[in-house]
Amino acid sequence: MADLETFRAQTRAWLEANCPAEMRTPITRDADVCWGGRKAKLSDAQRLWMDRMGERGWTVPEWPTEYGGGGLTKDEAKVLDSELRRIKARSPLSSFGIWMLGPALLKYGNEAQKKEHLPRIARGEIRWCQGYSEPGAGSDLAALRTSAEDKGDHYLVNGSKVWTSYADKADWIFCLVRTDPTVAKHLGISFLLFDMDSPGVSTSPIKLISGASPFCQTFFDNVEVPKENLMGVAGKGWDIAKYLLTHEREMIGGSDSTGGGMRDGVSQIAKRQIGLDAAILADTGLRTDIVRHEINAWAFALTMERVKDEAKAGQGVGALSSMLKYYGTELNKDRMQLLMSVNGSDSLVWEGPGEGEGDLARNWLRSRANSIEGGTSEINLNIIAKRVLELPGA
Amino acid sequence: MALVLTDDQKMIRESADGFFKTEAPVSQHRALRDAKDASGFDRNTWAKMAEMGFAGVLVPEEHGGAGFGHVAAGLIMEAIGRNLSAAPMLSTAVLGTTAIVAGGNAEQQARYLPLIAEGKRLFALAADEAARHNPAHVTTTATPSGNGFRLNGTKSFVLDGHVADTLIVAARTSGDDRDKDGITLFLVDTKAAGVAAERRSMVDSRNAARITLADVQVDGADVLGEVGGGFAILETVLDAGRACLAAEMLGVSSESFTRTVDYLKQREQFGQKIGSFQALQHRAAHLFCEVELARSATLRALVALDEKDDRSAMFASLAKAKSGEVAKLATNEGVQMHGGIGMTDDFDIGFYMKRARAAQETFGDIAFHGDRLARLMGY
Repeated sequence: MADLETFRAQTRAWLEANCPAEMRTPITRDADVCWGGRKAKLSDAQRLWMDRMGERGWTVPEWPTEYGGGGLTKDEAKVLDSELRRIKARSPLSSFGIWMLGPALLKYGNEAQKKEHLPRIARGEIRWCQGYSEPGAGSDLAALRTSAEDKGDHYLVNGSKVWTSYADKADWIFCLVRTDPTVAKHLGISFLLFDMDSPGVSTSPIKLISGASPFCQTFFDNVEVPKENLMGVAGKGWDIAKYLLTHEREMIGGSDSTGGGMRDGVSQIAKRQIGLDAAILADTGLRTDIVRHEINAWAFALTMERVKDEAKAGQGVGALSSMLKYYGTELNKDRMQLLMSVNGSDSLVWEGPGEGEGDLARNWLRSRANSIEGGTSEINLNIIAKRVLELPGA
Repeated sequence: MALVLTDDQKMIRESADGFFKTEAPVSQHRALRDAKDASGFDRNTWAKMAEMGFAGVLVPEEHGGAGFGHVAAGLIMEAIGRNLSAAPMLSTAVLGTTAIVAGGNAEQQARYLPLIAEGKRLFALAADEAARHNPAHVTTTATPSGNGFRLNGTKSFVLDGHVADTLIVAARTSGDDRDKDGITLFLVDTKAAGVAAERRSMVDSRNAARITLADVQVDGADVLGEVGGGFAILETVLDAGRACLAAEMLGVSSESFTRTVDYLKQREQFGQKIGSFQALQHRAAHLFCEVELARSATLRALVALDEKDDRSAMFASLAKAKSGEVAKLATNEGVQMHGGIGMTDDFDIGFYMKRARAAQETFGDIAFHGDRLARLMGY
């Protein structure tokens, strides 16, 4: 424990000296989130903060140092996290490479792939996107049809992906492809990594009900991918896909934005917007709805905490990611709907002269996707029923 | 403290699970009900619970207890919930002990705590007066008389009141009917002149008495805590009870859920197991998540009590509200998914629904605790 305290003191001193002041202010717009990558347009402070943290491997504190990580123990990483929170530091780097591909690379990648990709992820040099869903393969992901034909020294990739988050801003893609159309659908899938600048790759943004276009449709037209870019074994891509999805689901279900935290509690916003009457929220009907939501949000946050503590103690709750994804996203949708009610007619504004006008409606609409992307609520309930409860198949 | 059980607590969970499964299973609950047993619980089982250290789980070691703490008490209550074991665990081991520990002077503690740990004295909390829980609503009066007080009033829903040796009575020494100030707690011997207990068998086959106090004379030594300052002690007692009831309801939920999922795997209709139907699978999977949330909220409340966290009241309300809602859902779904057989008295699943209903109502349901939480959070 003495060592941990020393580590805390050193970490605190280093953060004080190295975290730019601008990076200690709240995130208010999309551009405040640093995604890194070749096409990133970063402020000086963002770049400085990302580079300094990346150099120490602290963008990925628990990854091994030989792959660009910080090599910290779980306890040290917790200390770092609490010190970052203490100074209200922004995340130096948001990245699908860190949250999704990295864990899969560490488990399934070969040495050359780990050495090539992990340090670049850690330093924010390469921004990744995920090529999973297709127009004909949504919930039934294993029905995907994008083909990768073995041409000796390379695969020839043809097909199309949809809901590729930020594909137009990404540098590389991790992509599920069909390498063997003759076997059962789960057995013919492989996991490829390739550069989005490869000839034959194109993207087209999709406009959503929120008005934003965070997703693209991505097209592959005779894209040549070197054979060494196959991750794991050909035909075993589905195992990697599922492993990676558990990380994605934990990320979506557990992020603060989906109700994992108690920051910006609905009740605190309601107090500001509606006010109190005799120490009680002036809208008593809404108050009941809010407190019911907060009971669930709090119990969910405690569940996240318990699950982390149990994981540390070597215990586990089965099909955890599905539970967190399902419940966390449903909770966030509930939260966004409540925020609409709390803000009344203000929440209906789509465009207006004021700062942030239109955000409420757009955020509400965006939240509806939470229980669709990364596996729908219904798919996650199927997984819990099958894996945890071991209920019979239909 | 992390939200995981220590090795000691895991041992307590194991021994509690084993004990109640063999010594006080659902069949004992049924037998007690059918026999219209005079006590409503098995005294022999209670004596064994004392030997196991369960009765004294919250009694400090210097007073002859096990001093295991609230997380351990919750684990015992959870096992009780799973087996629907009838025992004065809540009324005596949790409420009685907490009242004496939180409000008792050295003499009262030395006198009562060892007796609780030994299982030799039963307590009952006489707080509620109206049908809806509202602990500040006290009209029972305590008027100065001789070197003590004279108590007059009626208390309802006094759990195990018909078998208790000692009542913890909330009475008003000053203030208006709903004031928090001016409430005083008294230790009242049930054999004292003027105390009358009228037993009521409740829907869950547990017992709650209506207690009438008619010119009951108590002396100054029977006051628990400060005169007029009883409400804070009462809240501490109730919060311990609420957290432990949340734990009991967690046991009710998880057992009801387990039995229901087992049934889904056995029952066949349309030539297949009904558990293969997605309409039921999704509801079962949702329920699984809800039980996990109730478990987290409950554990947090118990940990808060052990750590004397200043948010203990908030966590107790959170746990009582959430675990109560989940117990309602789990047992409603339990009966529904069992179909017709779930409605029969021969089948146990209905017992769980009945107990869930009563435990939810005891010391405040989600409406009460939602309101309390909102107030504690300043809205």
